[in-house]
Amino acid sequence: MTAIRPFGLVRGLVIVGALAAFPFVFNEHWLVNIGVFTLMYAALATAWNMFAGYSGYISLGHVAFFGIGAYTVANTFSVSSPLRGSAYSFTSHAFMSIGSGYRPFYVLPLVGLAVALLSVPIGWVALRTRAITFAIVTLTLLFVFQNLAFNLRGVTNGSSGLSVPTPNFPVETYERPFYFAMLGVLVLGLLLSWHIGRNKLGLMLFAIREDEEKARGLGVRTTGVKLVTFALSAGLTAMAGGVWAYYLTYIYPQFAVDPLVMIGSVVPVFLGGRGTLWGPVLGALILVPAQQYMAYRLGASELYLVGYAAVFVVILLVLPRGILPSLGDAYERWRYRGARVTVQPEEVPAA
Amino acid sequence: MTAAAALLESDALTKRFGGVTAVEECSLAVQSGSITALIGPNGSGKTTLFNLLTGYDFADSGAVRFDGRAVRRPNPIALYRAGLTRTFQQARIFPQLSLIENMTVAVHQPWRAIVYPAVRRADRERAHELLEEFGLARLVEERAGRLSYGQKKLLEFATVLMSKPRLVLLDEPTAGVNPVMVEKIEERIRALHARGLTLLVVEHNMPLVMGLCDRVIVLDHGRKIADGPPAEVQHDPAVLDAYLGT
Amino acid sequence: MQTFVQAVILGVLTGGLYALMASGLTLVFGIMRVINVAQGAFVILAAYLSYSLFGHLGLDPFLSILLLMPAMFVAGVLTQLVFVRSLRGEHASEMSLLVTWALALGIEGLLSIGYKTTVRATNTGYANKSWTLGSYRFSEPRVYGFAASVVILLGLYSLLRFTRFGRSIRAVVQNPTSARLLGVNERLVSALGFGIGAATAAAAGALYGIVYPFNPGSHYDLISRLLSIIVLGGLGSVGGAVLAAMLLGVTESVVAVEYSPTWASMSFFAILILVLLVRPQGFFGLRERVL
Repeated sequence: MTAIRPFGLVRGLVIVGALAAFPFVFNEHWLVNIGVFTLMYAALATAWNMFAGYSGYISLGHVAFFGIGAYTVANTFSVSSPLRGSAYSFTSHAFMSIGSGYRPFYVLPLVGLAVALLSVPIGWVALRTRAITFAIVTLTLLFVFQNLAFNLRGVTNGSSGLSVPTPNFPVETYERPFYFAMLGVLVLGLLLSWHIGRNKLGLMLFAIREDEEKARGLGVRTTGVKLVTFALSAGLTAMAGGVWAYYLTYIYPQFAVDPLVMIGSVVPVFLGGRGTLWGPVLGALILVPAQQYMAYRLGASELYLVGYAAVFVVILLVLPRGILPSLGDAYERWRYRGARVTVQPEEVPAA
Repeated sequence: MTAAAALLESDALTKRFGGVTAVEECSLAVQSGSITALIGPNGSGKTTLFNLLTGYDFADSGAVRFDGRAVRRPNPIALYRAGLTRTFQQARIFPQLSLIENMTVAVHQPWRAIVYPAVRRADRERAHELLEEFGLARLVEERAGRLSYGQKKLLEFATVLMSKPRLVLLDEPTAGVNPVMVEKIEERIRALHARGLTLLVVEHNMPLVMGLCDRVIVLDHGRKIADGPPAEVQHDPAVLDAYLGT
Repeated sequence: MQTFVQAVILGVLTGGLYALMASGLTLVFGIMRVINVAQGAFVILAAYLSYSLFGHLGLDPFLSILLLMPAMFVAGVLTQLVFVRSLRGEHASEMSLLVTWALALGIEGLLSIGYKTTVRATNTGYANKSWTLGSYRFSEPRVYGFAASVVILLGLYSLLRFTRFGRSIRAVVQNPTSARLLGVNERLVSALGFGIGAATAAAAGALYGIVYPFNPGSHYDLISRLLSIIVLGGLGSVGGAVLAAMLLGVTESVVAVEYSPTWASMSFFAILILVLLVRPQGFFGLRERVL
C-alpha cells in the first residue's frame, strides 16, 4: 500500500504495550489523568482520521457523536435521568446499575453500534454535499446537536446536566479502568483503521479522496463507501464519549458537544499526518500532554485558549501535511536520490 | 439503420447551459462491434455529449438507450456496471495510488468485497495481463503520479478495461501524446476492436479517424451535421464548411 | 394575527442584521473559496470595541461604525495576508476553515482576558425606546440597526456593481482563471475582499451590541447561524445570503412567538436540512463542478 505504511505487528505491539505499561510505571493520579485524556484524543483522532483522513471529507461535526455516546451512557446508568420521569425518581432506578463498576465498559460496544446506526441517516444528508460545503454542513451539525443537548431536557436534563454513579474502584488506582477502557477504544480504532487501510474499502476511499468523479466512472459506489466509513468512525467516537462521561461522572451540554473537543480531535491528525495509521496517535501523544500541562499551569484560563489557538495555527501553516507524510517524502527523496530513471518522461504534456 | 444492433443510442438529446445550447436535438447510434468516431470543431459539444451519454450530466430533454434499455436516471456507477465506460480528455488517474491499485479500483465489486484485501490475486493477474499489453507492466508498483502524460493516458485506457466493458468512450485518446505513443494507442484500439469491443472515439487526428473508424459522426454547434462512413463524410460540404469556417 | 405580524416585523429587522454579517462571509467565499469562521468573532470583537468607545468616550455606536469599519478592514486584510494566503494544496479551502476557527478561538480568548466573560450590552439612551404604529411596536435600536444594515448593504451592492474594483471582484467570483488572464490581480482582490468581509462584521458588531447582550463566547451562536445562512443562500451568492438571512430572522421570530423560543434556532436548522435534501447547492449556489 502506498498511502498507509505497513502496520508492522511488532511496532504495533510495542506502542500499545508501552501505553499499557504507563499507568503501572507512573501511578501518580495527575499523570494517569493526563494519560486518560491523551488516549481519549488519540482515539478520537484515529476515529476522525479513519473517515476524514482516508476519504478527504473534512467532517467538523464528529463531536456530536461524542456527545450522543456520552448521553447514552449517562442515561443508561444515571439514577437521576429525566427519561424515567419524576414519578419514579424517589425509587432511584436506573435502566441499569453500574454493578461492580465495570458494567458500563461492557455496554460500550453496544453504544458504539447504536450510534453508528444512528449516524447513517445523518451522514446520508450531510454527504449529499462535498468538499467545503460538507465541512460547513457538518460544522452546522455540531451546533444543532449542542442546541439539542441544551433543549432536549427530557433526555439531557438541559443545562443542569446529568450525573453518572461513581464506581468504587480502589482509590490509589482509580483512573486505571478508565485508562484501559480508552486504550481499548483506541486499539479498536487502530485495528479498524489498519484493516480498512489494506482492504478494498480503503482502496475505494483513497480513490474517492483523489478523484471522486473518476471513481464513480469506474463503478465505485461512492455514497455507500463513504457512509459505511462515516458510521464506523461515528460509532468509535461515541464509545470514547461514553468512557468520558463515566470518567467525569457529570456531563453538561457545553462540554459534551464542545467545539474545543472537535478541534482537539482534528489537530493531532493534521500534526501527525492525515490518512496515515499512526499519525493521529503520534499527534495526540505530542499535543495532549502539552495541552493538559498548559491547562494545568495556566489554570484553564483564557490565556490557555489563546495559546491553544496559536499552536493550532502554527501547525496548520508550518506543517500542513503532518509529520509522518513529511518523513515519508524525505525517505522517498533519499531513495530516489540521483537516480531519476525509473520513469522516463517520454513526451511533453499537452499545453 | 438496424436498431437491433445498436449498442448505444441517443434520441434528440438537448443540453443548455444558461443561454447557450451545448447539444441540440442530437440523435445517434453506435452499432455493436463498431468503432465510431465523433468529430467536430472545438466547442461543438463533443465533451458535453460524452457527459450526457455516460451519466455525468443530465440532459434537458431527449433519451439515451444502452443495450436496448432506456437509461432513465443517468448515473456513471450504474452505467459502468452495465458495461459502458469512458476515459477523460485530460487523463484522470489516481496519482497517489500505484498502478496496480489504480487498476484494482476499476474491478466490479459486490458489497461484501469491502472486507477483502485491497488487491486480490485475481485482480493482480488481470491487471498484469492488461498492463503487459499496454507496456506498463514493469511500473506496476509505481505511483501513478510519477508516470509521464502519455503513460497516464495508457493507464487510464487500461483501467477501464479491467471490468471487461462492452462499450468504451474514448475522449481524445491521442491528444498531446507523441507519435510513437499515438501508434501504440491505435494498435491497442485495433486489437481490442478485433476482440469485439465497441468504441466511440472523440478525436482530432483526422488521418487516424479516417483509417480507424467504421463510421463518423460530425457535430457542429451542438448539432449533428453528418453521419456516415469516413469516405462519405470527408466529402460532405457541410463538414468542410464547419471545419473551414463560414 | 397580531402577534404573528409583530413577530414577522421583528424577524425582518433581525434578518437585516444577519444579512449584513452573512454578505461579507459569502463574498469572501465567492472570491477565494475560503470560509472565515472568525466572522462571528469579528462581529463580537467589534461589539466590544464599540461598547468601549461608548463607555469611555461616549461615542454613539452608529458613529463608531465609521471608525470601526476602516480599522477592521485593515485587520481583515492583515488576516488574509498572514493566515490565509499561505495555505495551499488541494485541501486549502478546508484548511482555511480550521485556521480561521483557531483565529476565532484566539479572539475569544483575548476578549475573555480583556473584558471577562460576563454578559455586556451597549446601553444607549434609545436602547429601550420604541415607536408604536397602529397596534404594532417598533423597537428604536432595531429599526436604526436595520436601516444602517440596509444602507451598508446598498453601499456594498454599489461597490460591486458600479466600480472597477467591484467588477474585478465579480470577475474573480465567476471565473478565477479567466479573471487572471484578463489581468485582474487576484491576490489583491482576495486581500481587499477579506477586508471588506471584516468591515461588514465591524458594522454589524456595533449594531449587534445595541440590540443584543453578548459575551466572548457569543461568536459560536453567530457563526452557526451565519454558516446556515450562506449554505442555504448558496455559497458565494450575496443575494442568496440576504434572502436566507431574512428567512432565518422571520422563522426564528415566528417560531419563538407562536411555539417556543427554545426551538427557534432549531427551526432554521431544520429548514436548512430539508433544503439540502432537495437542493444540495442551496437557493442560488452553483452545483459543485463535477468535471
